[in-house]
Amino acid sequence: MEDRGTVTVLTPTDQPGPAPETPTHLSPPTAGAALADQLRAQLAPDRIITDLTRLRTYECDGITGYRVVPALVALPESTDEVALVVAACARAGVPYVARGAGTGLSGGALPVADGVVISLARMRRVLDVDLVNQRMTVEPGVTNSDITKAVAAHDLYFAPDPSSQTVCTIGGNIAENSGGAHCMKYGFTTNHVHAMTLVLPDASVVTVGGDGAEQVGPDLRGAVIGSEGTLAIATSVTVRLLRKPEAVRTLVADFASAEAAGEAVSGIIAAGIIPAAVEMLDALAIEACEAAVHAGYSLDTAAALVVELDGPTAECDEGFARVEEICLEAGATHLRFAADPDERMLIWKGRKAAFAAMGRISPDYFVQDGVIPRTRLGEVLARMQVMADDAGLRVANVFHAGDGNLHPLVLYDAAVPGESERGEHLSTAIAELCVEMGGSITGEHGVGTDKACSMPKMFSEDDLAVMKRLRAAFDPDGISNPGKIFPTPRLCGERPGPYRVHPLEAAGLIERM
Amino acid sequence: MTAAPDAATEGGHDSGPVTAGMQAEQLTTTGVFDVLHPPSGELIDDCVHCGFCLPTCPTYLLEGNETNSPRGRIYLMKMGKAGEVPMDEEFVGNFDACLGCMACVTSCPSGVKYDQLIEAVRPQIERNWERTRADRLFRTMIFSLFPYPARLRPAAFFGTLYQRLGLRRLLAATGLLARLPARLRAMEALLPQLSLSSVVARQPVFTPAVGTSRHRVGLLSGCVQRVFFGDVNAAATRVLAAEGCDVVAPKGQQCCGALSSHAGREEEAIARARRLIDVFEAADVQTVVVNVAGCGSSMKEYAILLRDDPAYAERAAAFSAKVRDVSELLAEIGPVATRHPIPAKVAYHDACHLAHAQGIRAQPRAVLRGIPQLSVLDIPEAEICCGSAGIYNLVQPEPAERLGRRKVEQIVTTLPDAVVTSNAGCLLQIRRYLDAGVPLFHPIQLVDASIRGVDPISSSRAVATSSAPTASIPT
Repeated sequence: MEDRGTVTVLTPTDQPGPAPETPTHLSPPTAGAALADQLRAQLAPDRIITDLTRLRTYECDGITGYRVVPALVALPESTDEVALVVAACARAGVPYVARGAGTGLSGGALPVADGVVISLARMRRVLDVDLVNQRMTVEPGVTNSDITKAVAAHDLYFAPDPSSQTVCTIGGNIAENSGGAHCMKYGFTTNHVHAMTLVLPDASVVTVGGDGAEQVGPDLRGAVIGSEGTLAIATSVTVRLLRKPEAVRTLVADFASAEAAGEAVSGIIAAGIIPAAVEMLDALAIEACEAAVHAGYSLDTAAALVVELDGPTAECDEGFARVEEICLEAGATHLRFAADPDERMLIWKGRKAAFAAMGRISPDYFVQDGVIPRTRLGEVLARMQVMADDAGLRVANVFHAGDGNLHPLVLYDAAVPGESERGEHLSTAIAELCVEMGGSITGEHGVGTDKACSMPKMFSEDDLAVMKRLRAAFDPDGISNPGKIFPTPRLCGERPGPYRVHPLEAAGLIERM
Repeated sequence: MTAAPDAATEGGHDSGPVTAGMQAEQLTTTGVFDVLHPPSGELIDDCVHCGFCLPTCPTYLLEGNETNSPRGRIYLMKMGKAGEVPMDEEFVGNFDACLGCMACVTSCPSGVKYDQLIEAVRPQIERNWERTRADRLFRTMIFSLFPYPARLRPAAFFGTLYQRLGLRRLLAATGLLARLPARLRAMEALLPQLSLSSVVARQPVFTPAVGTSRHRVGLLSGCVQRVFFGDVNAAATRVLAAEGCDVVAPKGQQCCGALSSHAGREEEAIARARRLIDVFEAADVQTVVVNVAGCGSSMKEYAILLRDDPAYAERAAAFSAKVRDVSELLAEIGPVATRHPIPAKVAYHDACHLAHAQGIRAQPRAVLRGIPQLSVLDIPEAEICCGSAGIYNLVQPEPAERLGRRKVEQIVTTLPDAVVTSNAGCLLQIRRYLDAGVPLFHPIQLVDASIRGVDPISSSRAVATSSAPTASIPT
């Protein structure tokens, strides 16, 4: 790391040498300026941002470790306006990146230098509510929570519930195929979106999907959801709404070790119970959550599990009694039952504030999103602890224990020289450890900028080539969110090691199609 | 997860330098700020950029623009402090656009003290940025009028005559009103309908407790409050006395400086704070009671405002510790006086400087629920500011109007018989957009009516149906 006076440019430690200088008071480059003039004439002038001061606030999303200043930001207010911006970009060969609320945790909405950010924050109208068929059509800037809010009075809700649901938008949920605490039972965004209006990279407007879950022909809807903005921009989304379950039961169980908590999780699944959610927090995560929300988690426990069951009352009660037994058998030191909906909401508020509350205990953090086989939880946590100690950094853990989706939070202080790099390396090593354990580098946050270089650890060249062909079918010129998902030599340097056979492949459990 | 300096894409587009976190040495310099209490680097660093503040920020709600959000403004502070952006019109505009409602402080899981950050930035702007002549004049006019009851009272008197004599209708009919500059138009429209007796009413200096005295309180008469809402002060005095308090409203008290402080006019705010502390110290009271959320919030922060003044720092802390919102005090001391029923449904609007800045949400509701047969309704989007925000609706009339209309749209969904809120600014702002048939009250007015056995809600309904809606600000 070399101090350049005002903006410091990160140099990978394996590529020493002078870093390119970032000028401090940039003026938008001329290509961007021409595009801006053209767009200002076509859209209202207040929908185009070119002032550097304002542009800088768009230079990163929820992960501030990656920052790039765009040439301009467009704030379209309709599908037509989005298409207009995309058309202008396509004609000029300028790349663009769609952005929702900018809460993503993989640098998926990181701008491209000299490129355009298309912010969908102004497209937040509810277009249609169909209570009978339990469907709702909204613009992409509507927040996840606002979908539920709009139909809550009718006992309906939108199931995917990322922790940032009060902020994150349905457009972003589609880009990342977002999950949340309850996706173990209910699935991810892709399981809850019927149809979308898309603006493709050639500016054409198409509709994919239909009235119901199953459609004739290739599932283009499924291809686009989770493509991290590399295939299309969704400008209207028809979601599926679920009826609220008759009963919900929630408990918090404390354990003396994460292993014991892990055992309880395995026990619950083995008993044939499908919990709506099983979440684990370690002591460090609890400390941050409690400082933020005062949700009543025990501060003196090594790990806490939040287990929630929902469904018909009889089924729920029976399963819940069994969950209680299993927790006690696994050595739970304390059980807390949510007495009413308010207490339940408070428990969840604490859990969902976890990432955001890290500011209470650390100035900066990287969050990982690895997935591991549930049964190897204890082993992975122990190895992570060793790795953290070696790096001299703290790692807080909060994760969807039910489906083995870990969110280790690597805490660091960017103001301490060298800590950002150590944090980043540790974070990457943790993601790759998950692959080694037979898991995946990402469960729900997406690959983005953050994990692109780890892709070859998980996929062979053939796998990546197939993905790129799909990408090219939608976006032959690579103008839609370039630089994300796929590793590139310039992004990753020499880092990506050779592809190795995935452990599950070696074990004969999976095969590559 | 590797950031490289020259990230590129397969499409051949250079995605540019990916930069790491800003460095410590940058945060120790003050960049565009001067050295007098620039926004604290430590407080800035508490922000992890999660975005949880976005949906509660009124300007983000209106504009959907990252820069006009708490997270964006903190980012600007960070860049400003590192000297990476200049203090220019754009920079200043984004802070001027902030209402200072502090909803983001409530919603922040990381506990970022945006309130302290924005209050550090505003004086920096006032000191280091030259406003346009028109802006300067307008602000000078505001600060030469509102904090001075002796000037505001005659203005309000003529304003009331202007309304009563039909001049407003005449101006509107001739189209002259519409041709006024937006800021003046906003000022004209905010002028409440006052009774002349309320404009000239005076607050007694001492009001003894009814029966045995159990508390000695000082009452802030306020500046705008005294002129526009003298009846609220009168109601508070009656209620406090009925609840066993000797009420002192010291002579010589002036504006508390909240308007100045929230606008970054630090010197003015400091002078006013010192004076108010002097006046209330002399009055020898246990508690200083405030009817106006914005004033109370500011007075509770005197300790910070006067931290550099050795003669006042300690006294300011002692003073701040004595300050209570009127409903906060009533909830604390518990009721003694008998309440009579007011059978009505009222929508309670949380004033930002009460809910977000002072954390007072339960007490006003509890005090209202102490009135038999009165039910208290919560308003959807309660955390969003109504657009009043001190002088905001005067200096930023356009967004203020959109927020005011939005607030009233939410209020009317609860179908209330009346609307209740604890801040002079909110009362003026909501009155402007609310149907004239729905009366507006400060909570203390309803408590007062209940103790006196009067039902102001059904009586105002009767007035509203029988005549022109002049009873909109109940007197």
